[in-house]
Amino acid sequence: MAELQLREAIRAAMVEEMDRDEDIFLMGEEVAEYNGAYKVSEGMRERYGERRVIDTPISENGFAGLGLGAAMNGLRPIIEFMTWNFAFVAIDQIINNAAKIRYMSGGQFSFPIVFRGPNGAAGQLAATHNTSVEALYSCFPGLKVISISNPDDAKGLLKSAIRDDDPVVFLESEFMYGMRGEVSEAEDYTIPIGKARIAREGDAVTIIGHNKSYWRALEAADMLAKDGYAAEVIDPRTIRPFDWDTVIHSVKKTNRCVIVDESNPFASVASEVAFQIQARAFDDLDAPVHRVTAKDTPAPYAKSLIEYYMPSAEDVYHACRQVMYLN
Amino acid sequence: MPIAIEMPKLTDTMEEGILVEWSVEEGDKVSAGDVIALVETDKATMDVEAYDDGVLLKKVANTGDALPLGGLIAVLGDAGEDIAELLKEYQSNGVDSSSTPDSSNEAPPAVVQAATHQPAASPQESSSTNGRTKASPLAKRMATDHGLKLVDVMGSGPSGRIIKRDIQAEIDRTHVLKPSLPSPQVPVSAERGYESIRISSMRKTIARRLAESKDTSPHFYLNADVDVGALIAQRQTVNEYLEKSSGFKVSFNDFITKACASGLIMHPDVNVTYASEDGVIHRYNYVDVGIAVAIDDGLVTPVVRDAHLKSVSTIGLEIQALATRARDKQLDLSEMEGSTFTTSNLGMFGIESFTAIINPPNACILAIGSIRDVPVVEDGAVVAGKRMKLTLSCDHRVVDGAVGARFMSTLKELLENPVSLLL
Repeated sequence: MAELQLREAIRAAMVEEMDRDEDIFLMGEEVAEYNGAYKVSEGMRERYGERRVIDTPISENGFAGLGLGAAMNGLRPIIEFMTWNFAFVAIDQIINNAAKIRYMSGGQFSFPIVFRGPNGAAGQLAATHNTSVEALYSCFPGLKVISISNPDDAKGLLKSAIRDDDPVVFLESEFMYGMRGEVSEAEDYTIPIGKARIAREGDAVTIIGHNKSYWRALEAADMLAKDGYAAEVIDPRTIRPFDWDTVIHSVKKTNRCVIVDESNPFASVASEVAFQIQARAFDDLDAPVHRVTAKDTPAPYAKSLIEYYMPSAEDVYHACRQVMYLN
Repeated sequence: MPIAIEMPKLTDTMEEGILVEWSVEEGDKVSAGDVIALVETDKATMDVEAYDDGVLLKKVANTGDALPLGGLIAVLGDAGEDIAELLKEYQSNGVDSSSTPDSSNEAPPAVVQAATHQPAASPQESSSTNGRTKASPLAKRMATDHGLKLVDVMGSGPSGRIIKRDIQAEIDRTHVLKPSLPSPQVPVSAERGYESIRISSMRKTIARRLAESKDTSPHFYLNADVDVGALIAQRQTVNEYLEKSSGFKVSFNDFITKACASGLIMHPDVNVTYASEDGVIHRYNYVDVGIAVAIDDGLVTPVVRDAHLKSVSTIGLEIQALATRARDKQLDLSEMEGSTFTTSNLGMFGIESFTAIINPPNACILAIGSIRDVPVVEDGAVVAGKRMKLTLSCDHRVVDGAVGARFMSTLKELLENPVSLLL
């Protein structure tokens, strides 16, 4: 095992894959000359040259479409969005072309493309730069959606995403790029898309959290452990396809569930997970499924407000105690 | 004018109904034909429907209450209407849900107590608001699995919701009272005493009908010991084929049911009912066989229709489906009515033979014992044989000894030559 920052783990995945396959290239704003806005692609321009690590103008709709055209013609692009907030101007390319053309062309065209970049809130960036997009992209059959919480998963899943013949939306986090963690050094290390990870086993309550929310789930589990309760913490890792079996199996054991999701609550990933749990494990539920999400407003700017706006470990802890009937 | 919704007569034999569940809440708009509540009768759980449009003004009865026919369940009317007078009327008539059913002299004190309207700090009240027992889905499932009634459990969740730990506590408590394995050791902690178990509607029905049967129909009994060696071989052959083709197996009981049906067609004088009030005996040209099925808190007799026209495997599949539905309490009333003959099988418990009480209005019932290994004399030598004892209970008002005996003789012949049942 090697200890890497999240940004280094993502870079390692891209480098290993680009070494292996010449059809893979990286394209986005500031990825080449500047070594990446968050230094994810540091040194890659030097390693692969400007033909395979390409700076773009500020034109997300343009370079997302360019990537799709390249993918249709046999290349395997990695498109970096500086943040997913900027991808809204490219959304037609992702939703109407990437997600649907394989279906509409009867399988004649596939899109081995990865769209990646940081997702969700990142502090005092105000409403337009604090959006969580996983529920949005998960609405559209044809896209795979991965949201990672740690360096090891980032490397293993990004390699799988690059090798996948379908378009993958790969969600990272500004807050986590500097996070260090053990990363497998196994040769050709990949993690299958669609497999959740049981981060901690327990029988008192199931807590589900992805990306940053995973860490809030884990912190709440620590607080519950001090009270003498073992919470089971699940990181779904892949939002689409979702690993229902792991979640349902866990809920059947614990009989209660709290979902942590930093998106706005309406029609969020938490909504869908809660629906599936009540449909598939109704007779095993001892309490209504609870969720902890961002507040139902645009993200505020003020420091005190954004802290209040985001789900906290305390919020998760209290939600757990509520479904455990301990309050 | 407010409209009273009274306990309706949902079955022919019903004398009272237990309110199981509300389907509407106070203040809800109700249209004629809407289901107001579920009521457990002596035979099945059935819907009570509204006959008028309006708003449900008051739930007068509580879930768990036993109400006599005509007992006041709820009041319907226009929103805000005064219902005091109507309530008073029912109270003075003594037929509201809190009164003792005056048509019956068997009202046990427990039922009356459960039906009182005084709010009391009892477990029954705490988890019920507006007469509905709140429980988590898991708690409901656990209660069903362990045969517990939710109304007996105190809920500790929000608004008295019954949750997993409440059921677990109840299971632990009852487990102490009733050890699952018979043990010669008396639990030291248990005090001497007895439990009062409320008599269910089904238990009342069983008690009434069977007492009536023994009181009014003079029973006599005919025994036959049937050589089932050929039947065992026949069943094995049939099942080897069936298992390959469908994965399903037929039981001895399926063969016996078929044999009864064939025998009854040949002896229609056994396939009768005594309709004394009309001064006639009904002799049927079809055979509907009731099958006694033991369920958690009693027994029911679902009916295989036209058994004389059906193959052994069809009968087997039907009995299997009916028995499953009976155990899940899913049977409709119509599926338990109208048998012309009934069988009861206790062979699986190792019972060698027994006499059964006739299931009115049938004239006869067949009691089936276990298959035994017995020494038999064949051609002067003792050899191993397989025997099964059948006992026919007959109502002597309609079936005489020789008539019953001829039927039993045919039944024995059919079962000893089981290929006849496959033709």
